Amino acid sequence: MVAALTAFWPDRPESDWAYTDGFAIACGALALALALAVFAAVRFVAFRSFQRLSPWLFALALFLAAWEAVTAKLGLLPLPFFPPPQAIVEVAIDDWGRLAEGVFASARLLATGYFLGAAIGFVTGVAIGWSQRAGYWIHPVLRFIGPLPATAWLPLAFFVFPSSFSASIFLIALATGFPVTVLTWSGVAGVKSAYYDIARTLGATQRFLVFKVAIPAAMPHVFVGLFMGLGNSFAVLVVAEMLGVKAGLGWYLQWAQGWAAYANMYAALLLMAFLCSGLITLLFRLRDRLLSWQKGLVRW
Amino acid sequence: MVAAIARDDAVRGSTLTLREVSHRFDLEGQPLPVLDRISLQVGRGEFVALLGPSGCGKSTLLRLVAGLDTPTAGALLTEGREIEAPDPSRVVVFQDPTLYPWRTVWSNVALGLEARGLLRTHRGRIEDALRLVGLTGFANAYPHQLSGGMAQRAALARALVNDPKLLILDEPLGQLDSLTRIAMQAELVSLWQRSSFTALLVTHDVEEALLLAGRVIVLSDRPARIKAEVVNSQPYPRHRGNPHFVELRRELFEHLGLDEAW
Ligand SMILES: Nc1ncnc2c1ncn2[C@@H]1O[C@H](COP(=O)(O)OP(=O)(O)OP(=O)(O)O)[C@@H](O)[C@H]1O
Ligand SMILES: [Mg+2]
Repeated sequence: MVAALTAFWPDRPESDWAYTDGFAIACGALALALALAVFAAVRFVAFRSFQRLSPWLFALALFLAAWEAVTAKLGLLPLPFFPPPQAIVEVAIDDWGRLAEGVFASARLLATGYFLGAAIGFVTGVAIGWSQRAGYWIHPVLRFIGPLPATAWLPLAFFVFPSSFSASIFLIALATGFPVTVLTWSGVAGVKSAYYDIARTLGATQRFLVFKVAIPAAMPHVFVGLFMGLGNSFAVLVVAEMLGVKAGLGWYLQWAQGWAAYANMYAALLLMAFLCSGLITLLFRLRDRLLSWQKGLVRW
Repeated sequence: MVAAIARDDAVRGSTLTLREVSHRFDLEGQPLPVLDRISLQVGRGEFVALLGPSGCGKSTLLRLVAGLDTPTAGALLTEGREIEAPDPSRVVVFQDPTLYPWRTVWSNVALGLEARGLLRTHRGRIEDALRLVGLTGFANAYPHQLSGGMAQRAALARALVNDPKLLILDEPLGQLDSLTRIAMQAELVSLWQRSSFTALLVTHDVEEALLLAGRVIVLSDRPARIKAEVVNSQPYPRHRGNPHFVELRRELFEHLGLDEAW
C-alpha cells in the first residue's frame, strides 16, 4: 500500500500541473477538470493500471495543453476549422442526445451487417475450402466480384433495395464477407492432411472432420479475416451513412460539415474512433478466448 | 509369464493378410516404386515388427494397412475382407505425433472416443491411458507445452483409448530417451498381452524389434521387398543379455548388411 502510494506520488505533480495550467487558462478549465475527475476516479479504483497508464495520460495532458495553446490562446490555427477542446466538450454536453442517437444507429447498422457478412463469409469459406463442387461454382464468382470495393455497389444497392437501411446492411455484409470468405477458405484448405489422417483412422465421420478438425485448425485464419472485415465494414458504414442513410455518426459528420459546425464534427469523429477501437478490442478479446491455445506457438 | 494365458484368449485381435502388395508414387512425373510385391500373413494377436532402412517404404506400407491409401497392385485383407477405408479397429500411431494444437492433451486423447460418440460411456479410459503413458499431470496441458517424447506418449495414449484390434505403430518410441523407451517397451508388451490385439510395429531399432515382436520382417532398400524373416519365440519379458537374443540380433544385423560391426 505504502509502496503503491510512493510509486504513484511522482505522477501527482504532472497531473497537478495540467490541472493548474487548465485552471489558469479559464476557458480550458471545464475540459481539464473533467479529465482530472476521471483520472482521480481511475486512481482510486486501480492504482496499478493507472501507474502503467500515467506516461500516456501525461502525454495526453501535454497534447491537450498544446491544443489549447495553439487554438484558444495563441490563435495560430484558423478558428472555424480548428476549435479548442472546450468547444468539443460543449458540443458533447449540448448535443448529446443527437450524438447518442447517431452512435446507436451506427452500431445497429454495423452490427447487423457485420454479423450477417461474417456468418455468410464463414460458411461460404468452409464450403469452398471443403467441397470441390462448391469451390468450382463459388470460386470464380468470388474472384470476379470480391476485389470490387463494396462501395462501388452503392448506387445499385440504394436503387435495388427497398430501404437505404437494408441496402447499407447489404454493403457492409459484402465488405465483411469477402475477406472472411477468402481467409476461412485458405485456412480450411491449408489444414495439414495429417490432421485428417489421424481423425479418419480413429473413425471420424465427414461431419466430425469439418467441425472438429477443419474449422478449429482454420480459426487463426478466420480471425485475420474477421479483423480485415471489421476494418472494411467501418469504411463502408461511414460512406453509406453519408450518402444514403439519414442517421448515424457518418450522417452526423456530413450534417455538421454542412453547417460548418466543426466542433460537432470533431465530437462525432472522436466518438467514431471510440466505437471502432472498442469493437476491435472486443474482437481481440474474443480471439484471445478462442485461440488461447496459440499463445505458446506464435508471438501473441 | 502371463504370456501364455493372454495368447490363448487372443480373440479380439484381427488377422492381416498382404497379397503381393506393390505401391508406386509419382515423383515429378517419374514413377517411384516403393513397395515390391509384399506378401505377409499376420495371425490373430501376433506381434510383428518391420525392420528396414530409412526411406524404404515402411510408413507407406502402414498407411496402406490403415486404409489411408490404396495400393497400386495387390490386396490387403483383414479378417478376410479387403481394406478399403480407415476403420477405428485399426489404429495408427504415426511417426510424427501430430497432436491437435488447439486441444489439450486430455481432449487429444479423447479424440477417437469423441469421433465415435463413445465419450460419455468410456470417459474413464482416457484417465487410464494417460496414466499408462505417465501423463496424468499433463491432462490440461496444450501440445506445445510438451516435450517431443511426451507428445509421442500422448499420441500413443490417443491410440490406446480406442481398444484397437490391430495396433499399427510407426516408430512410436523414436523420440524417447533410452530409459523411458525401455519402460514404454515393457508397457507395450504387457498391454499387448493384456489386450491381445494384433500389433504391427515399424522400427529402426533391432533390439526393440527383438524385445517386442514374435516375428521380425526385414525389408530391403527401396523398393521394399521382404528380405528375411526372423522368428523370436522367447518368452516375455526378454533380456538383451540372453545368448539366444544375442544370436538373433547378430542374425538381423547380418540381414541388414551390418555384419562387419559384429
Ligand atoms: N506422398 C508421397 N509422394 C511421393 N513420394 C512419397 C510419398 N510418401 C513417401 N514417398 C516416398 O516413398 C519412399 C518411402 O517413404 P516412407 O515414408 O514409406 O519411408 P520409411 O521406410 O517409413 O522411412 P523412415 O524409416 O525414414 O520413416 C520415400 O522415398 C519417399 O520419398
Ligand atoms: Mg517412416
